[in-house]
Amino acid sequence: MLRKNWWKILSFILLIYTFTAGFLGGVPAKPILNETIRNLYYHVAMWMAMMIFFIISVVYAIRYLRNNKPVFDIYSVEFARTGIVFGVLGLVTGSVWAKYAWGAFWSNDPKQLGAAIALLIYLAYFVLRNSLTDVDKSARISAVYNVFAFAMLFPTLWIIPRLVESLHPGGMGNPAFNTKDIDSRMRLIFDLGAVPGWTLLGVWISTLRIRLKLFSLKHEIHE
Amino acid sequence: MNKTICRVFLFFACLILTAFVYAQDSLQKEKPQMAGLMRSNGKIYVVVAVVVIILAGLFIYLINLDRRINSLEKKIKI
Repeated sequence: MLRKNWWKILSFILLIYTFTAGFLGGVPAKPILNETIRNLYYHVAMWMAMMIFFIISVVYAIRYLRNNKPVFDIYSVEFARTGIVFGVLGLVTGSVWAKYAWGAFWSNDPKQLGAAIALLIYLAYFVLRNSLTDVDKSARISAVYNVFAFAMLFPTLWIIPRLVESLHPGGMGNPAFNTKDIDSRMRLIFDLGAVPGWTLLGVWISTLRIRLKLFSLKHEIHE
Repeated sequence: MNKTICRVFLFFACLILTAFVYAQDSLQKEKPQMAGLMRSNGKIYVVVAVVVIILAGLFIYLINLDRRINSLEKKIKI
Protein backbone atom coordinates (compact mmCIF):
# COMPACT_ATOMS: atom_id res chain seq x y z
CA MET A 1 0.00 0.00 0.00
CA LEU A 2 2.82 2.40 0.90
CA ARG A 3 4.42 2.21 -2.53
CA LYS A 4 1.46 1.38 -4.77
CA ASN A 5 0.18 3.96 -7.20
CA TRP A 6 -3.41 3.23 -8.13
CA TRP A 7 -4.96 4.97 -5.12
CA LYS A 8 -2.93 8.11 -5.82
CA ILE A 9 -4.49 8.25 -9.28
CA LEU A 10 -7.88 7.60 -7.72
CA SER A 11 -7.30 10.53 -5.36
CA PHE A 12 -6.58 12.80 -8.32
CA ILE A 13 -9.67 11.66 -10.22
CA LEU A 14 -11.89 12.11 -7.18
CA LEU A 15 -10.56 15.60 -6.47
CA ILE A 16 -10.94 16.67 -10.09
CA TYR A 17 -14.51 15.43 -9.85
CA THR A 18 -14.98 17.35 -6.59
CA PHE A 19 -13.68 20.59 -8.08
CA THR A 20 -15.60 20.44 -11.35
CA ALA A 21 -18.89 18.99 -10.10
CA GLY A 22 -18.48 20.99 -6.90
CA PHE A 23 -18.52 24.28 -8.77
CA LEU A 24 -20.82 23.41 -11.64
CA GLY A 25 -23.25 20.92 -10.11
CA GLY A 26 -26.63 21.90 -8.79
CA VAL A 27 -27.11 22.91 -5.17
CA PRO A 28 -30.25 23.74 -3.20
CA ALA A 29 -31.00 27.48 -3.07
CA LYS A 30 -30.79 28.72 0.51
CA PRO A 31 -31.02 32.22 1.92
CA ILE A 32 -27.82 33.61 3.52
CA LEU A 33 -25.78 30.62 2.36
CA ASN A 34 -26.42 31.10 -1.37
CA GLU A 35 -23.50 29.64 -3.31
CA THR A 36 -21.33 29.29 -0.20
CA ILE A 37 -23.11 25.98 0.42
CA ARG A 38 -20.49 24.57 -1.94
CA ASN A 39 -17.97 24.97 0.86
CA LEU A 40 -19.30 21.64 2.09
CA TYR A 41 -17.01 19.90 -0.39
CA TYR A 42 -13.93 21.70 0.84
CA HIS A 43 -14.39 22.96 4.40
CA VAL A 44 -16.37 20.05 5.84
CA ALA A 45 -14.28 17.51 3.95
CA MET A 46 -11.19 18.88 5.77
CA TRP A 47 -12.71 17.88 9.11
CA MET A 48 -13.80 14.48 7.87
CA ALA A 49 -10.29 13.80 6.59
CA MET A 50 -8.79 15.08 9.85
CA MET A 51 -10.94 12.71 11.90
CA ILE A 52 -9.89 9.79 9.70
CA PHE A 53 -6.19 10.68 10.15
CA PHE A 54 -6.58 10.97 13.91
CA ILE A 55 -8.29 7.58 14.00
CA ILE A 56 -5.41 6.05 12.00
CA SER A 57 -2.96 7.80 14.32
CA VAL A 58 -4.52 6.47 17.51
CA VAL A 59 -4.72 2.95 16.07
CA TYR A 60 -0.98 3.01 15.39
CA ALA A 61 -0.31 4.51 18.83
CA ILE A 62 -2.11 1.58 20.42
CA ARG A 63 -0.29 -0.86 18.18
CA TYR A 64 2.98 0.74 19.25
CA LEU A 65 2.06 0.35 22.90
CA ARG A 66 1.21 -3.30 22.32
CA ASN A 67 4.41 -4.41 20.64
CA ASN A 68 6.91 -1.53 20.74
CA LYS A 69 7.76 -1.51 17.04
CA PRO A 70 9.27 1.90 16.18
CA VAL A 71 7.57 1.81 12.76
CA PHE A 72 4.17 2.16 14.38
CA ASP A 73 5.34 5.22 16.26
CA ILE A 74 6.42 6.84 12.98
CA TYR A 75 3.05 6.04 11.39
CA SER A 76 1.22 7.44 14.37
CA VAL A 77 3.17 10.71 14.39
CA GLU A 78 2.92 11.39 10.68
CA PHE A 79 -0.82 10.79 10.53
CA ALA A 80 -1.32 13.07 13.52
CA ARG A 81 0.75 15.71 11.74
CA THR A 82 -1.34 15.52 8.56
CA GLY A 83 -4.45 15.56 10.72
CA ILE A 84 -3.37 18.82 12.32
CA VAL A 85 -2.64 20.37 8.90
CA PHE A 86 -6.11 19.45 7.69
CA GLY A 87 -7.66 20.60 10.96
CA VAL A 88 -5.99 24.01 10.78
CA LEU A 89 -7.17 24.36 7.18
CA GLY A 90 -10.67 23.41 8.34
CA LEU A 91 -10.59 26.01 11.09
CA VAL A 92 -9.32 28.80 8.83
CA THR A 93 -11.74 28.02 5.99
CA GLY A 94 -14.56 27.73 8.52
CA SER A 95 -13.63 31.13 9.85
CA VAL A 96 -13.77 32.68 6.38
CA TRP A 97 -17.12 31.04 5.76
CA ALA A 98 -18.37 32.27 9.14
CA LYS A 99 -17.51 35.84 8.20
CA TYR A 100 -20.05 35.71 5.38
CA ALA A 101 -22.62 33.41 6.97
CA TRP A 102 -22.53 34.43 10.64
CA GLY A 103 -21.09 37.93 10.30
CA ALA A 104 -17.71 37.50 11.98
CA PHE A 105 -14.53 35.52 11.50
CA TRP A 106 -14.67 34.33 15.09
CA SER A 107 -17.79 34.42 17.21
CA ASN A 108 -16.81 32.11 20.09
CA ASP A 109 -19.29 29.58 18.84
CA PRO A 110 -19.13 26.24 20.71
CA LYS A 111 -18.19 24.48 17.47
CA GLN A 112 -15.32 26.89 16.84
CA LEU A 113 -14.10 26.73 20.43
CA GLY A 114 -14.35 22.95 20.55
CA ALA A 115 -12.43 22.57 17.30
CA ALA A 116 -9.75 24.99 18.49
CA ILE A 117 -9.36 23.13 21.80
CA ALA A 118 -9.13 19.78 19.99
CA LEU A 119 -6.39 21.12 17.74
CA LEU A 120 -4.48 22.64 20.66
CA ILE A 121 -4.56 19.28 22.42
CA TYR A 122 -3.03 17.69 19.33
CA LEU A 123 -0.43 20.44 19.07
CA ALA A 124 0.55 19.67 22.66
CA TYR A 125 1.21 16.12 21.45
CA PHE A 126 4.11 17.44 19.39
CA VAL A 127 5.32 19.69 22.17
CA LEU A 128 5.39 16.73 24.55
CA ARG A 129 7.05 14.49 21.98
CA ASN A 130 9.81 16.88 21.09
CA SER A 131 10.56 17.77 24.70
CA LEU A 132 11.77 14.24 25.42
CA THR A 133 15.25 13.43 24.19
CA ASP A 134 15.17 9.69 24.78
CA VAL A 135 13.70 8.11 21.62
CA ASP A 136 11.93 5.17 23.26
CA LYS A 137 10.55 7.25 26.09
CA SER A 138 9.39 9.91 23.68
CA ALA A 139 7.59 7.33 21.52
CA ARG A 140 5.98 5.63 24.49
CA ILE A 141 4.78 8.72 26.31
CA SER A 142 3.53 10.33 23.14
CA ALA A 143 1.63 7.15 22.22
CA VAL A 144 -0.11 7.26 25.60
CA TYR A 145 -0.85 10.95 25.13
CA ASN A 146 -2.19 10.25 21.64
CA VAL A 147 -4.88 8.02 23.13
CA PHE A 148 -5.86 10.82 25.51
CA ALA A 149 -5.86 13.41 22.70
CA PHE A 150 -8.11 11.17 20.63
CA ALA A 151 -10.45 10.64 23.57
CA MET A 152 -10.72 14.42 23.89
CA LEU A 153 -12.14 14.60 20.36
CA PHE A 154 -15.35 13.06 21.69
CA PRO A 155 -16.38 15.93 23.98
CA THR A 156 -14.76 18.76 22.00
CA LEU A 157 -15.94 17.88 18.51
CA TRP A 158 -18.72 15.36 18.78
CA ILE A 159 -20.63 15.94 22.02
CA ILE A 160 -20.51 19.49 23.45
CA PRO A 161 -21.11 21.40 20.17
CA ARG A 162 -24.10 19.17 19.54
CA LEU A 163 -25.68 19.64 22.95
CA VAL A 164 -25.54 23.41 23.19
CA GLU A 165 -26.95 26.10 20.99
CA SER A 166 -24.66 26.78 18.05
CA LEU A 167 -24.65 28.80 14.86
CA HIS A 168 -23.08 25.81 13.14
CA PRO A 169 -25.40 23.13 11.70
CA GLY A 170 -25.63 20.16 13.99
CA GLY A 171 -26.37 22.03 17.23
CA MET A 172 -29.13 21.23 19.74
CA GLY A 173 -29.06 17.54 19.05
CA ASN A 174 -29.72 17.78 15.33
CA PRO A 175 -27.53 15.92 12.92
CA ALA A 176 -25.36 18.21 10.80
CA PHE A 177 -26.23 16.48 7.55
CA ASN A 178 -29.98 16.44 7.23
CA THR A 179 -32.13 16.70 4.16
CA LYS A 180 -33.04 20.27 5.12
CA ASP A 181 -29.48 21.44 4.58
CA ILE A 182 -28.23 19.43 1.64
CA ASP A 183 -29.79 17.21 -0.97
CA SER A 184 -28.80 14.00 -2.73
CA ARG A 185 -26.82 15.81 -5.44
CA MET A 186 -24.56 17.33 -2.80
CA ARG A 187 -24.33 14.15 -0.76
CA LEU A 188 -23.05 12.28 -3.77
CA ILE A 189 -20.21 14.70 -4.49
CA PHE A 190 -19.39 14.94 -0.78
CA ASP A 191 -19.45 11.23 0.05
CA LEU A 192 -17.88 9.88 -3.10
CA GLY A 193 -15.74 12.76 -4.30
CA ALA A 194 -14.66 15.11 -1.56
CA VAL A 195 -14.18 12.89 1.50
CA PRO A 196 -12.33 9.96 -0.13
CA GLY A 197 -10.43 12.32 -2.46
CA TRP A 198 -9.11 14.59 0.27
CA THR A 199 -8.46 11.63 2.57
CA LEU A 200 -6.39 9.80 -0.03
CA LEU A 201 -4.43 12.99 -0.72
CA GLY A 202 -3.64 13.30 2.98
CA VAL A 203 -2.70 9.64 3.20
CA TRP A 204 -0.32 10.15 0.28
CA ILE A 205 1.35 13.11 1.99
CA SER A 206 1.63 11.09 5.20
CA THR A 207 3.16 8.08 3.47
CA LEU A 208 5.75 10.32 1.81
CA ARG A 209 6.78 11.66 5.21
CA ILE A 210 6.77 8.16 6.68
CA ARG A 211 9.00 6.86 3.89
CA LEU A 212 11.39 9.76 4.32
CA LYS A 213 11.59 9.15 8.04
CA LEU A 214 12.06 5.39 7.66
CA PHE A 215 14.72 6.03 5.07
CA SER A 216 16.72 8.47 7.16
CA LEU A 217 16.38 6.22 10.18
CA LYS A 218 17.71 3.17 8.38
CA HIS A 219 20.39 5.17 6.68
CA GLU A 220 21.72 6.41 10.00
CA ILE A 221 21.99 2.86 11.28
CA HIS A 222 24.04 1.84 8.25
CA GLU A 223 26.51 4.65 8.61
CA MET B 1 -3.52 -3.70 -12.13
CA ASN B 2 -5.89 -6.44 -11.19
CA LYS B 3 -9.55 -7.26 -10.97
CA THR B 4 -10.33 -5.62 -7.65
CA ILE B 5 -8.91 -2.28 -8.77
CA CYS B 6 -10.94 -2.46 -11.99
CA ARG B 7 -13.98 -3.15 -9.87
CA VAL B 8 -13.30 -0.16 -7.62
CA PHE B 9 -12.95 2.12 -10.64
CA LEU B 10 -16.11 0.74 -12.21
CA PHE B 11 -17.97 1.20 -8.96
CA PHE B 12 -17.01 4.87 -8.73
CA ALA B 13 -17.66 5.40 -12.44
CA CYS B 14 -21.19 4.04 -12.06
CA LEU B 15 -21.86 6.17 -9.00
CA ILE B 16 -20.64 9.30 -10.74
CA LEU B 17 -22.97 8.53 -13.64
CA THR B 18 -25.94 8.78 -11.31
CA ALA B 19 -25.13 12.47 -10.73
CA PHE B 20 -26.66 13.30 -14.08
CA VAL B 21 -29.94 11.55 -13.53
CA TYR B 22 -31.04 13.74 -10.63
CA ALA B 23 -34.68 14.48 -11.30
CA GLN B 24 -36.43 16.45 -8.62
CA ASP B 25 -35.72 19.26 -6.26
CA SER B 26 -37.65 19.86 -3.05
CA LEU B 27 -40.18 22.67 -3.30
CA GLN B 28 -38.77 26.08 -2.58
CA LYS B 29 -41.06 28.65 -0.98
CA GLU B 30 -39.00 31.63 -1.99
CA LYS B 31 -36.12 31.80 -4.42
CA PRO B 32 -32.99 33.30 -2.90
CA GLN B 33 -30.64 34.88 -5.36
CA MET B 34 -28.33 32.29 -6.88
CA ALA B 35 -25.69 32.43 -9.52
CA GLY B 36 -27.76 30.83 -12.26
CA LEU B 37 -26.55 33.35 -14.77
CA MET B 38 -23.09 33.36 -13.29
CA ARG B 39 -22.58 29.85 -14.36
CA SER B 40 -23.67 30.29 -17.96
CA ASN B 41 -21.76 33.41 -18.94
CA GLY B 42 -20.42 34.75 -15.67
CA LYS B 43 -17.08 33.02 -16.25
CA ILE B 44 -17.41 30.45 -13.47
CA TYR B 45 -15.61 28.05 -15.80
CA VAL B 46 -12.56 30.26 -15.45
CA VAL B 47 -12.55 29.60 -11.73
CA VAL B 48 -12.95 25.87 -12.31
CA ALA B 49 -10.03 25.95 -14.74
CA VAL B 50 -7.84 27.81 -12.25
CA VAL B 51 -8.66 25.43 -9.42
CA VAL B 52 -8.06 22.39 -11.62
CA ILE B 53 -4.67 23.80 -12.69
CA ILE B 54 -3.68 24.36 -9.07
CA LEU B 55 -4.77 20.84 -8.21
CA ALA B 56 -2.83 19.41 -11.16
CA GLY B 57 0.23 21.41 -10.11
CA LEU B 58 0.04 20.15 -6.56
CA PHE B 59 -0.26 16.58 -7.79
CA ILE B 60 2.71 16.97 -10.13
CA TYR B 61 4.70 18.27 -7.17
CA LEU B 62 3.65 15.30 -5.05
CA ILE B 63 4.45 12.85 -7.85
CA ASN B 64 7.93 14.35 -8.14
CA LEU B 65 8.46 14.06 -4.41
CA ASP B 66 7.22 10.49 -4.51
CA ARG B 67 9.63 9.61 -7.33
CA ARG B 68 12.55 11.25 -5.57
CA ILE B 69 11.94 9.26 -2.41
CA ASN B 70 11.55 6.15 -4.56
CA SER B 71 14.92 6.64 -6.21
CA LEU B 72 16.57 7.35 -2.86
CA GLU B 73 15.16 4.12 -1.50
CA LYS B 74 16.40 2.24 -4.53
CA LYS B 75 19.83 3.86 -4.54
CA ILE B 76 20.59 2.84 -1.00
CA LYS B 77 19.14 -0.64 -0.73
CA ILE B 78 18.32 -1.28 2.84
